[in-house]
Amino acid sequence: MATIVDITDEKALEVKNFEFTYNGAQEPSLKNITMPIAKRSITALIGPSGCGKTTLLRSFNRMHDLYAGNRYSGSIEFEGRNILDAKEDLIKLRTNIGMIFQKPTAFPMSIFDNVAYGLRLQGIKNRSELNDRVEKALQDAAIWKEVSSRLKNDANGLSGGQQQRLCIARAIAVEPEVLLFDEPTSALDPISTQGIEKLVIELKERVSIIIVTHNMQQAARVSDYTGFMYMGELIELGVTEELFVTPKERLTEEYITGKFG
Amino acid sequence: MNPIKKRMLINRIILILSSLSALIGISFLFWILSVLIMNGVDAINWNIFTFEGAPPGYEESGLKHALIGQLIIVGVATLIGVPLGILGGTYLSEYGQKSKMAYIIRDISDIMMSAPSIVIGSFVYAIIVIPMGHFSGWAGVIALTIIMIPIILRTTDDMLQLVPSTLREAAFALGAPKYKVITSVVYRGAKVGVLTGILLGIARVAGETAPLLFTSFNDNFLNTDLNEPMASLTVTMYNYATSPYDDWQSLGWAAAFILSMFILGLNIVGRLLIMKRKGR
Repeated sequence: MATIVDITDEKALEVKNFEFTYNGAQEPSLKNITMPIAKRSITALIGPSGCGKTTLLRSFNRMHDLYAGNRYSGSIEFEGRNILDAKEDLIKLRTNIGMIFQKPTAFPMSIFDNVAYGLRLQGIKNRSELNDRVEKALQDAAIWKEVSSRLKNDANGLSGGQQQRLCIARAIAVEPEVLLFDEPTSALDPISTQGIEKLVIELKERVSIIIVTHNMQQAARVSDYTGFMYMGELIELGVTEELFVTPKERLTEEYITGKFG
Repeated sequence: MNPIKKRMLINRIILILSSLSALIGISFLFWILSVLIMNGVDAINWNIFTFEGAPPGYEESGLKHALIGQLIIVGVATLIGVPLGILGGTYLSEYGQKSKMAYIIRDISDIMMSAPSIVIGSFVYAIIVIPMGHFSGWAGVIALTIIMIPIILRTTDDMLQLVPSTLREAAFALGAPKYKVITSVVYRGAKVGVLTGILLGIARVAGETAPLLFTSFNDNFLNTDLNEPMASLTVTMYNYATSPYDDWQSLGWAAAFILSMFILGLNIVGRLLIMKRKGR
């Protein structure tokens, strides 16, 4: 049985008896996962390659639905409803639960249009409102100073770190409740990584954050809670300092001390 | 002979043989082009653009009827073929993906791309010209459209598939519905490639003669009614070049020159776009 810390604060998401099976697979890739995600805090998911942490992350905004034949069971509760329900409005869900990918995904359009993309999808056409919200998002993503003079330029001209912050600006522009980060710094240099980590910590005042990372130090630096996953199961979820200093499960200890992984 | 010397000798022989073959191939190309340019430039004069066809021996004869007919037939074929090809390619890449149906369509269009154009011409002859009772511009348009669609469909399919799936996922993750993801992100990412496919598709059909012989046929005078037989540069060139009259043959050279330059231009623009895409 997994050791799950009791979270008394308000919860952003609650995963209960969750199972996920990829199209055509016999065995589920995620088994019997039950975990609370605390509101306005950072939860990190760590574990060796192939343990299912990204698969779990992509379940929170139902990204798996883009490909036919993937199956969920159990429940993920968000704002009082089960988002795995067949009647769930995925478009609305994804504006509430945003996602940042491993590689920067700047769209082939201007910097301004990138950030305005989600806003325009929500039907905001008023030019001054768009301008205001794009500027605010870029400021919140700590990239406004670098791009304010070239908003009309192609976003692909930015560096990798800048593109990743642009993607964060684009995601927070629509004011989501939850942000999912899928190894957001694995394609970036150390300086850009530092910038993104700082930004993630600042963002938790407004959004609940789940971050998948290969890098245990990163989890220790930024997160409030850490979940350790292994072979499709959640082994332990704990307060970050406690999990890294006094892990309750033998597997967790072996992983964080570098015995495998 | 020691093995190193032997290897270097073989290397040299292969190098000489392959360079020689390349040279032979290229020299024919330049031979054709230079004969075409020499005769074509000589034959070009203002009359060509202002006068219609005339009996041999007349000073005031030109290619106006064929130029305008060609533009109409190729233009209308493009107007019909481009949207159909792009929508079909979009289906394959974005909706059909790896389904059986998509693979069947891909295979059929690959076969269609290499089908002899004369077969398509006689097909249109059978289904359009015979029921209508006469040749018509529309029949020519349909024949060229049938040739154009698989080219644009397959390039669009390939180019859209080159757009990284993470880019699509990122748009979905912002709450975009599928049609928005395709029109605002995927098309934008692939626009140079799709445009190249369109240009190459037009270049391919613009040089077709066989399918037009059976369909739009010919008219020695200017006709802009697609319901009637219509002149085209290719068929006019074929008729004039095989005639025994010097002035008609000269007009044939002019038609060949104009057509070749048009297609060459389209191809060069297409290749430049591909290079620009790769260079990025």
